[in-house]
Amino acid sequence: MDSMTLIAIVSIITTGVTIAVGSIAPALGEGRAVSTALSSLAQQPDAATTITRTLFVGLAMIESIAIYCLVISMILIFANPFWNHVISQAAGK
Amino acid sequence: MRISPDELVFWRWGYVVLNSTIVTTWALMLVMTVGAKLITRKLKTEGDISRRQGFLEIVVTTIRMQIKEVGLQHPEKHLGFIGTLFLFIAVSNLCAILPWYEPPTGSLSTTSALAIAVFVAVLLFGVEEQGLGGYLRSYLKPTFIMLPFNVISELSRTFALAIRLFGNIMSGTLIVGILLTIAPLFFPIFMNLLGLLTGMVQAYIFSILATVYIAAATRTRET
Repeated sequence: MDSMTLIAIVSIITTGVTIAVGSIAPALGEGRAVSTALSSLAQQPDAATTITRTLFVGLAMIESIAIYCLVISMILIFANPFWNHVISQAAGK
Repeated sequence: MRISPDELVFWRWGYVVLNSTIVTTWALMLVMTVGAKLITRKLKTEGDISRRQGFLEIVVTTIRMQIKEVGLQHPEKHLGFIGTLFLFIAVSNLCAILPWYEPPTGSLSTTSALAIAVFVAVLLFGVEEQGLGGYLRSYLKPTFIMLPFNVISELSRTFALAIRLFGNIMSGTLIVGILLTIAPLFFPIFMNLLGLLTGMVQAYIFSILATVYIAAATRTRET
């Protein structure tokens, strides 16, 4: 198995595993955050604007972790420097 | 498949590159500045206000109220910076509905520039409020062992701001591009709608986080 095939195989598998594993924990965290926000909204409806705004800010911070994993996956598929290097070497030959 | 509007180059001369990001950013700035100038030519304080002036008043008052609710006592000082952040990111994401348009916030260069601007603004506002010594001393709180951790958290906040905005917008445009080759009839429209929604949410999040960081840096601590 030459290096070109190996790089392709590892990149593809890593992409799938990264985004699959990386979205488990943020999804669980967001579910927990929203459920706590809903119960506190039910307890104190007057603070609705503050709770909603804090909820959105917290959700964005939790979502960032999943976005980091997504960015890595996208880079591995579409802008992979190792693949580009190997391809340019193969094209140069 | 293009991952960023930086790769679409219109004109190049040596190191000077005119790519789609720069052209779109300047076009947006032109449209927003000229539009605002045209609407605010004849401002009226009483009588019948034109609808466009009313719209701008709603936008400015809402941003000012949000800044005040986060905890900044004098929102007028920060209204220019935070309002500009919100309006630029919101308009650039909202215009994704136009054909052949690639949002400049989908490029890591633009989002890094905005995040670095927030970093410098936090520094400047903090120094203005607490003096240079007071602001630098705030890095030593609660104990001076926390100095490297405070510095690292400052840098990682900037990095996270840039990557969050870039990841959201870039993935939105990329998903629409991929779906156009797989299921081009209805799904790209729904994903474009979702992209508009996340664009507005991300604009709000960026400006609110900038406000929170500035509020944390300018809070006068009781010693």
